[in-house]
Amino acid sequence: MLRYATRRVLSALPIAFIAVTVCFFILRAAPGGPFDSDRPLPPEVLANVRAYYNLDQPLFMQYLLYIGGVLRGDLGPSMSSYDFSVSELMAIGMPFSLQLGLTAFVIATTIGVLTGMIAAVYKNKWPDYLLVLVVMIGVIVPNFLIGALLQLWFGVYLRWLPAGGWVPGSWAHLVLPVAVLSWAHAARISRLMRGSMIETLGTNYVRTARSKGLGERMVLARHAIKPALIPVVSYLGPGLSYLLTGSLVVEQIFGLPGIGRYFIQAALNRDYGMVLGTTLFYMLLIIALNLIVDLVYAWLDPKVRYR
Amino acid sequence: MSDYVLSIQDLSVTFALHDTEVQAVREMNFDLRAGETLAVVGESGSGKSQAFLGIMGLLAKNGRATGKAMLGDVNLLGMAPSRLDAYRGKDIAMIFQDPMTSLNPSLKVKTQLSEVLVKHRGFDTRKAEMTTIEMLERVGIPEPAKRANAYPHEMSGGMRQRVMIAMALLCQPKILIADEPTTALDVTVQAQMLDLFKTLTEDFGTSLVMITHDLGVVAGVADRMMVMYGGRAVEKGKVDDLFYDPRHPYTLGLLHSTPHIAHRAARLDPIQGLPPSLEHLPKGCSFNPRCAFCFDRCLEERPPLTPLGDEREKACFFEGPLQSKKVA
Repeated sequence: MLRYATRRVLSALPIAFIAVTVCFFILRAAPGGPFDSDRPLPPEVLANVRAYYNLDQPLFMQYLLYIGGVLRGDLGPSMSSYDFSVSELMAIGMPFSLQLGLTAFVIATTIGVLTGMIAAVYKNKWPDYLLVLVVMIGVIVPNFLIGALLQLWFGVYLRWLPAGGWVPGSWAHLVLPVAVLSWAHAARISRLMRGSMIETLGTNYVRTARSKGLGERMVLARHAIKPALIPVVSYLGPGLSYLLTGSLVVEQIFGLPGIGRYFIQAALNRDYGMVLGTTLFYMLLIIALNLIVDLVYAWLDPKVRYR
Repeated sequence: MSDYVLSIQDLSVTFALHDTEVQAVREMNFDLRAGETLAVVGESGSGKSQAFLGIMGLLAKNGRATGKAMLGDVNLLGMAPSRLDAYRGKDIAMIFQDPMTSLNPSLKVKTQLSEVLVKHRGFDTRKAEMTTIEMLERVGIPEPAKRANAYPHEMSGGMRQRVMIAMALLCQPKILIADEPTTALDVTVQAQMLDLFKTLTEDFGTSLVMITHDLGVVAGVADRMMVMYGGRAVEKGKVDDLFYDPRHPYTLGLLHSTPHIAHRAARLDPIQGLPPSLEHLPKGCSFNPRCAFCFDRCLEERPPLTPLGDEREKACFFEGPLQSKKVA
């Protein structure tokens, strides 16, 4: 197991390197730059600033300088939030974003698995139809629209929950963002779980379990869940990336103090360092979480362990 | 009644399709004595498996079993699944055709076995696992303590079927239903498996129902047999009687389709035609399109199952000797 994990980590490093490279050059290919604005800077000031950020160097040189910095653990300065380094900005916003994303991930996965199971057990009866409806809304409606509708309904009309903003330690402010963020993810998990559970319930080994008189609850809990989870778990990796990146958008909708607003601002302002740093961080995070998912996968499916 | 462990009365199994119903089993009756082995023989689609899945409450969602299945004084049919669970696995157990898919791939062998004892005998996990290992040894699994910790995919087909047998016999059930237990196995393993069935059911005093299409299996283990065609029993009796003196043309046809070591030069003589679709059974006797002995009455009326004495019954109007006329 340890050897497998080590091999996976090592194989992830080249992927991270390639992704940063691609990201670096795509970002530079986009028109505009960090210091273009409606009121142009005097040319000599601009030249100074560009020299400070190494922007006067040839592109490939800049790339080498950047990679060198990353290898030394230095993500460079932010080009739009002056006086802050990228690492500092990430340290401010990242904990909140991760908390939001991971909370939504845990809640969405739990809800998705449970509702998928219920739908499978009550296949083609009303609980199934009801869940399919709720799930379809989650899949079809984009989260910025769901977000706005929930804000309007619960925040403005009913006044049950704050429509946005953030008060440290207040869970009420988290309910709507987490709900918006979880919905689509829970919906996809639920659909997957329903399908794989229906399939599992029709297998010979579930019939064997029933023939032993274990009781339906035991049949579900011990014999059906583990095999039924296998396709769900393989989706969790990509699902998690949707959630973590989706949280950036949701933060923006609800005015939350995560990395999201810095990241979106940075992308709009061509704050190269910030965009690259955030991308790199998320990439490593997603690689790490995918590794965990794979290890869970090996636990669920004993056949995987011996490959 | 009391010397019967299982008494099936008017068992019918129907499946609801979108707009129609299909009857897989029609008014089946039989009694099973303590300790005896009954073979249920028929082609694919004759309803032999569905009848017993119905008794076990394991039919697909659109299936329904009616009639009576008396296990002592209790009727298993029409019982809520939660009540049925008190008997399934304890008094009546079932082994399935395909050992490769009938064990849960994600659970260790010992988990899948010991849970039966925990549920029906109230053993704690340790005691259940010890009993499990003893049972694995009894079904001939080498190094049972080590094998108990294995997953099914680490075992061969024969091993897995042994595990299935051990699982079914853990509670020493009164009745063991084996649904084509040797079909998926190598011929050499088949013989070992039949021996195992014989020894263990004798040791435990378990009555065995052997569902099969293989007359070789029947000859090896069974005391009595029931031949099914188109969802109905067409002939019943002691195995020797049916083998040496079949009274139903279908039984005769089955015997002619089986290779025999004494007539190795002879070509096999298969039954012509195909088994009937259960949705469109022919009028009269279901076997009439394929029967060499068919006459006018068979096309109009369905022959009832009539007793011939000495536990024999047949459902056929033809009264003459079958041997003289060649089938097909």
